[in-house]
Amino acid sequence: MPAPVEKALTAPHKLEYTYKRSLGDVLSKFFTGLRDRKIFGIRRPDGSVMVPPKEYDPDTSQSLDEFVEVSDEGVVESWTWVREPRRQQPLAHPFAYALVRLDGADTSFLHVVDAGDESRMQTGMRVKARWADETVGVMTDFFFEPV
Amino acid sequence: MSDSESDDAGKTSEPVTLLRAPVSLDYEYSAGQSASRFLRAIEQGKLLGQRCPVDGRVYFPSRGSCPQHAVTFGDEVVELSDKGTLVTFSIVRIPSENIPLELPYITANVLLDGSDTILMHVLDASLDDVHMGMRVQAVWKPKEEWTTSTANIMYFRPIDEPDADYESYKEHI
Repeated sequence: MPAPVEKALTAPHKLEYTYKRSLGDVLSKFFTGLRDRKIFGIRRPDGSVMVPPKEYDPDTSQSLDEFVEVSDEGVVESWTWVREPRRQQPLAHPFAYALVRLDGADTSFLHVVDAGDESRMQTGMRVKARWADETVGVMTDFFFEPV
Repeated sequence: MSDSESDDAGKTSEPVTLLRAPVSLDYEYSAGQSASRFLRAIEQGKLLGQRCPVDGRVYFPSRGSCPQHAVTFGDEVVELSDKGTLVTFSIVRIPSENIPLELPYITANVLLDGSDTILMHVLDASLDDVHMGMRVQAVWKPKEEWTTSTANIMYFRPIDEPDADYESYKEHI
């Protein structure tokens, strides 16, 4: 292949799937709850509470409908520090992704702990939701911070 | 991340029923050597094809290698006329969100003089006149507006030449 003479032309190309997803009864309850600064889980036949709620029991496949409000405070079960956030990540400054089990829940879920510094993160630490001034019904209506 | 909307914006007593969850990838696309040369030439009003060393067919536009014989074309180019033959066409009566053309419009498969591949474009002609074998020519944007883009050619228009012989384009139908 002969040596190139000029730099190849480039252009930005954005490939985007602009999904809008309809929420069924269960997820609507959950996201509406977030807008109201409440976090709802759902009770399984064995009595345990899943947060976020699922529509069907993972083991028995029964459809679930018993909502349980849980605390917006809980425990970090595991975490990862994000030193250089990428553009599409939730925060522009370093933060932790963490599995958080809220008081009243039997499952943990992945979310963001805005701890400020990696040294503040510890498995087993307690965190509490910091709600946005204006909540609209999305996961980013709150971030966790150390208690 | 994602955002929601409720049925009635502003009425916060309504439940949240939608979640926006776009998947977005930002690419920086490189045209590569061959397509860059093609685009730089079209910026000057030139249409460049490339010839396959195996069977001599001229590809327009060119991606730098023959799709049939898997050999590179090298640096040699063939300059083509902007006149050609209308091989086949469609009359489109259904709107598409991303196509800003008034209905009905004619999509045209044009065989430029000297090319062995079809160029897909649009034809400005009367629906009653349009027919296979019609001789056509490109209508360019004003020269000041030319960029490294095939959009420098706005559309094709019929020209006053006798129809091309069917034999000359039949293998491209």
